[in-house]
Amino acid sequence: MNESGIALYRTMYMIRSAEKSIQAHYGEDEMKTPMHMSMGEEAIAAGVCHALKPEDQILGSYRSHGIYVAKTQETDRFFAEMYGKASGTSKGKAGSMHLVAPEAGLVCTSAIVGSSIPVALGFAFSNKRFKNGRMTAVFFGDGAIDEGVFWESLNFACLQKLPILFICEDNGFAVHSPTHARHGYDSIADIARKFNCNVLQSDSSDAEQICKLTKDAIKLIRDNERPAFLYLKYYRYLEHVGIGEDFKAGYRSKDEFEQWLKVDPVRLQREKVLRTMGEDRISVLEKGIDEQIESSRMRAKNAAFPDAHTAFEDVCI
Amino acid sequence: MKRMITYREALNEAMAVEMRRDPNVFLYGIDVADHKRIFGSGNGLLEEFGAERCFSTPLSECAMTGFGLGAALNGLRPIHVHMRVDFMILAMNELTNMIASFRYGSGGRMKVPMVIRAVIGRGWGQSWQHSKTLHSWFAHVPGLKVVMPSRPADAKGMLIAAIRDDNPVIFIEHRWLYDVVGEVSEESNPDSLEGSRLIRSGSDVTVLAVSWMNVEALQAAEVLAKNGIKLEVIDARAISPFDDTAVVESVRKTGHLIVADYDWVHCGFGAEVATRVYEKCMGSLKSSITRIGFADAHCPCSRPLEIEYYPSAINIIRAVEQKLGLSKIDLTHEEFYSYEKKFKGPF
Repeated sequence: MNESGIALYRTMYMIRSAEKSIQAHYGEDEMKTPMHMSMGEEAIAAGVCHALKPEDQILGSYRSHGIYVAKTQETDRFFAEMYGKASGTSKGKAGSMHLVAPEAGLVCTSAIVGSSIPVALGFAFSNKRFKNGRMTAVFFGDGAIDEGVFWESLNFACLQKLPILFICEDNGFAVHSPTHARHGYDSIADIARKFNCNVLQSDSSDAEQICKLTKDAIKLIRDNERPAFLYLKYYRYLEHVGIGEDFKAGYRSKDEFEQWLKVDPVRLQREKVLRTMGEDRISVLEKGIDEQIESSRMRAKNAAFPDAHTAFEDVCI
Repeated sequence: MKRMITYREALNEAMAVEMRRDPNVFLYGIDVADHKRIFGSGNGLLEEFGAERCFSTPLSECAMTGFGLGAALNGLRPIHVHMRVDFMILAMNELTNMIASFRYGSGGRMKVPMVIRAVIGRGWGQSWQHSKTLHSWFAHVPGLKVVMPSRPADAKGMLIAAIRDDNPVIFIEHRWLYDVVGEVSEESNPDSLEGSRLIRSGSDVTVLAVSWMNVEALQAAEVLAKNGIKLEVIDARAISPFDDTAVVESVRKTGHLIVADYDWVHCGFGAEVATRVYEKCMGSLKSSITRIGFADAHCPCSRPLEIEYYPSAINIIRAVEQKLGLSKIDLTHEEFYSYEKKFKGPF
């Protein structure tokens, strides 16, 4: 039995199911927070997080539903935050773009492109100081490499030989601007190779491959004491922000989407585990997750809003 | 027996004692570990604590600020130093979008014990990119504590407190204060990061002064005393949070207030202080509140222009005369801008 493959599928199905639930209920206008959906990138979120240990730390951007679910495996606080409830990840103060779960190692997400990258340096630096063996992984889109702070951070990580994984998730667009309209160079991976770091890349939507690549990267980091830059491709299924498709907008074609859909990461992994698990057992697993998602969502929907006065709490200690 | 040390030595002592006390405290920033050691304030720290806890960084203010945030969130207590506060503008995103809001955004689950020291430059032709103050910018943002000690004792006690504080603290130091000597205890106790402090009692006019303007206000008080006028000087010390208790109490006594700020007056700290005083003791005021600070212009290089630009004891004396309806005091035998004559630069 392919236990790790099943675990990967379970995570990816949970991410997809959670987002489908958001899609189904967003129109009710009770989840009043801008959704930047992870649909299409599940192999990266699950693949990387499954290569990490529970105590390792991850940071991300505003598109963090996938890594939240992958790292925490929970959906109660997740949905409560979407509904702005007191039982949410940040007591309803953060919403979809600022999910955190410090106890599970998701320590920072941010809605300013690139701004969580240098924060990851501090985590990696202190882990190295504490000699606790923890790895830090920071997820960011290809738009973030347009920011100066990415280059500042890559440089510092290489200089200080930090135990850190830079995970660049390239979906070909920074909001709606394609790569060719933004880059005065051809290959980010080639440039990253000029730094004193390990560079690994993949355009696979196979979570097992991403997981293996990440494990290889972690081994390299430990062996040669150099950070790793993982350059991974995926396709964003939905609009930049929101729950719908946007192929009619004209900046990208549906044909391209359909090509990627043929290698949809969730379906791909389902086919893999189907061989060993069989349809019945997969259905039971999926049904269990769907029930978990619906139960989390309903609990969140019916939960209490935070008391009004808490708007002014937690500014300082 | 009184122990007299400089502001520079007080800063140094505060960092050294805290680094000895807590191995998680470390110091970093551009040229922190060079031969100049941030105008001497970091002397001996590299030698005692090693390069792991006292190191220079690439010229990457933005990344290094975010780096400090991550280190603070993960259990260390960073002290980030900027040789000029102007350089912090490169890091405003990390400071205001990340550091200031991090605790709030985590619903109080995470904390940011971080100190950012920033030096204000002045004089010797440093012009407009090495001479800003920006405390009003920082103080405008919730979640950042902003302090500006002017006396060596406060420099030590407040820096110790800032390092031990579990919130981000911006610690602004005027370069000229580094040579100011004052009594500082051998004991290493944290002082409060809140509250202003009465540094000279008087009954006629209150001056609330910020940073270097305390030196100017005390000089103005000396000159005015010779003319029978008693100036009360209060060191603002802490800009955010700002405790107005001392200034309100003083204005109730004197009925006159001058806010001697050290930044652009427009939308500045002086406006905040004035509003609070109007709200709390309007009936006690015998004259409208006077704000002193920088005019709506950039800092020029040339010495005569520089002297015109910066507020001084003269501005305070002239404001007092106006408030009390006095004729102009003859200042021809007084010496002002003595520090300009002493300071040879380049830093």
